[in-house]
Amino acid sequence: MLLNIKDLHVSIHGKEILKGFNLSVNYGEVHAIMGPNGTGKSTLAAAITGREGYEITSGEIIYKGKNIIDLAPDVRANEGIFLSFQYPVEIPGVSITNFMRTALNAKREFMGEAPIPAGEFLKRMEEKKKLVDIQSKLTNRSVNEGFSGGEKKKNEIFQMAMLEPTFAVLDETDSGLDIDALKVVANGVNALRSEDNAFVVITHYQRLLDYIVPDFVHVMYDGRIVKSGGKGLALELEEKGYDWIKDYDVNR
Amino acid sequence: MSLSNNMNYPLELSLTKSYEENRGNIYTSPHPSISLARKNGIEDFKKIGLPTTKLEKWRTTNLSDLYKKEFTIGDNKPVFNKEINEIFHCNVHGFNTNVFALLNGWYYSPEEEQIQELDNGIIVGSINAAQKKYPELIDKYFNSLAKTDGNGLNAANAALFTDGFFIHVPDNVVSEKAIQLIKMVNRENNTMINTRNLIVLGKNSKLSFLHCDDSINQQPGFLTTNTEIFLHENASLDLYKLQNLNNNTTLVNSSCVQQKSGSDLKINVLTFNGGVIRNEFIVDLIGENANADISGMYLMDDNQHVDNQIKVIHSAPNCTSSELFKGVLDDNASGVFNGYIYVARDAQKTLAFQRNANILMKSTASIDTMPFLEIYADDVKCSHGATVGQLDNDALFYLMQRGISESNAKLLLMYAFVTEVTNKITIQPLQDSIDDMVKKRLRGDLSICEKCVLHCSTPDIPVEFEIDMSKI
Repeated sequence: MLLNIKDLHVSIHGKEILKGFNLSVNYGEVHAIMGPNGTGKSTLAAAITGREGYEITSGEIIYKGKNIIDLAPDVRANEGIFLSFQYPVEIPGVSITNFMRTALNAKREFMGEAPIPAGEFLKRMEEKKKLVDIQSKLTNRSVNEGFSGGEKKKNEIFQMAMLEPTFAVLDETDSGLDIDALKVVANGVNALRSEDNAFVVITHYQRLLDYIVPDFVHVMYDGRIVKSGGKGLALELEEKGYDWIKDYDVNR
Repeated sequence: MSLSNNMNYPLELSLTKSYEENRGNIYTSPHPSISLARKNGIEDFKKIGLPTTKLEKWRTTNLSDLYKKEFTIGDNKPVFNKEINEIFHCNVHGFNTNVFALLNGWYYSPEEEQIQELDNGIIVGSINAAQKKYPELIDKYFNSLAKTDGNGLNAANAALFTDGFFIHVPDNVVSEKAIQLIKMVNRENNTMINTRNLIVLGKNSKLSFLHCDDSINQQPGFLTTNTEIFLHENASLDLYKLQNLNNNTTLVNSSCVQQKSGSDLKINVLTFNGGVIRNEFIVDLIGENANADISGMYLMDDNQHVDNQIKVIHSAPNCTSSELFKGVLDDNASGVFNGYIYVARDAQKTLAFQRNANILMKSTASIDTMPFLEIYADDVKCSHGATVGQLDNDALFYLMQRGISESNAKLLLMYAFVTEVTNKITIQPLQDSIDDMVKKRLRGDLSICEKCVLHCSTPDIPVEFEIDMSKI
């Protein structure tokens, strides 16, 4: 098993958001997490990646056999955890090229490897840019600065391709995308899917799951998963909305 | 000689004493009007004394501890016994520059080259030598902008400067080579050095001037420099000031600029290191369609203090000005930004912008930022703004989520923060060098003493700057 979250309770400013969250993810799987606004989906992403301000009051996040809740965000990242941000941050003055080279070399240093040679790095950039249809001029610009919504999300997937994580969380990667950009992003993710990694896709809409077909669909409500199923569950949600979930007894 | 009640500090007494003792030698000027200016300077100084925090303009920069120290005032002229290019060798690729030097307050060159005319007609050299060879230029310009203005250090500088740098660019001369002045101090005791510069750009002329203040040892020093700059019609000056001094040194700069119509001024003040650094610029736009673009960057830590006082006076209509100052302050460092835009009643269609942004890395660091507008014209567009904050936590997490360590992520964000200023450097090899210096400074491995700041760039090029102290 790659990731096993056990009875996770997470609070922000003393308010409990995740209330006993459980999830197991195996290598090679894609899990979709759906649910209405405010049920703790983004808090889950923050807890997995180690964001400051999210207090884990109890429970465990076992990743590759180790509880990672005390690890710093950069260590988790170098262990292979990646988050495609719902709102990618603009960082004026840092070029994507410089950013990716720094990130890639940080990971290599962590793995005890030498820095990536310049030629090899540029080759990899070119290769991965094609994957998400990113224009060359974009990578010379500052990270996300002045990017459109679609460009920002493509840039997230591009970074994911560059860093080749073992476990990736895609937090509402579909929001703000038109159908063409959605296809590009989904194709990028599909190209990276393998038996050696796994994905958790957080989304409100079934539409993304037409392109990134999940092995499992989970419905979150009030800080925990209330229903799990196959990809058919997403269609059921699309049809019925979320209201029926709210009455669903998790212990039934 | 009687001293007024304003002479309270040991340094005030040393300054007046130094003038009395040396007015017959190092404070003698070949030009009578300058001798008179020195005399007026010392009289003013006796009346007002050194600036203290009682003065509004000095409220946030306290030099009183410095005034209590014993200083050797000025220094004798060093003997030139080593070619300048033997002392330092510039190795920045593609950066076309003529290098000149001031050593301990004196123009450092062979006697016959104290003032010289370059191939393109530009006159460069010692301000003392200029008084003898070009008295008409001195008559026309010297001391016509610099004023005591209630500031005793200006008065002391007028009386006690030893030498300085002079540049005259004739009409229609566009200098392809930049002029670089390296101001060095290598005294072995507490020394106060006062210098005076004059820069004149004729009509339609163009010059890039790089002014580097360097310490080459860790000795305490107190440096004052007053500079007068004249830009005639359509002249264009790019002025870069690089400040990389030891933590025991105080530098007080005051520059007055007069801009005639159509002239273009770009100033970039890059403060890397120094105990106390104060930069004052007073820019007067007296002709229409002139532009002044003044920017600065400061990276301070430890107990360092930086103070930028920028005053732009829009005296004529249709002029533009912008000020952008950005800095990072760490540890107990403190900073001051005082940006003042004055728009006279006739200066219609003025466009004037001002921005100061700061990052405080620790709660013990501080910044006093005072953007200020005074507008008497009714058809103008002016804006000002100041921000003080910490590094963006969202950006920090974003970088760390990609595997970059917290310390490296912080460095990257600080570096990114100041690139808005360093990107304004138009000479590419210089910008690359400065970029490199910023990174080194932020990593804490910028050497300040044994290298000229420009020579620590491109790592694959060996640094070849050496000063043999025993031979100077």
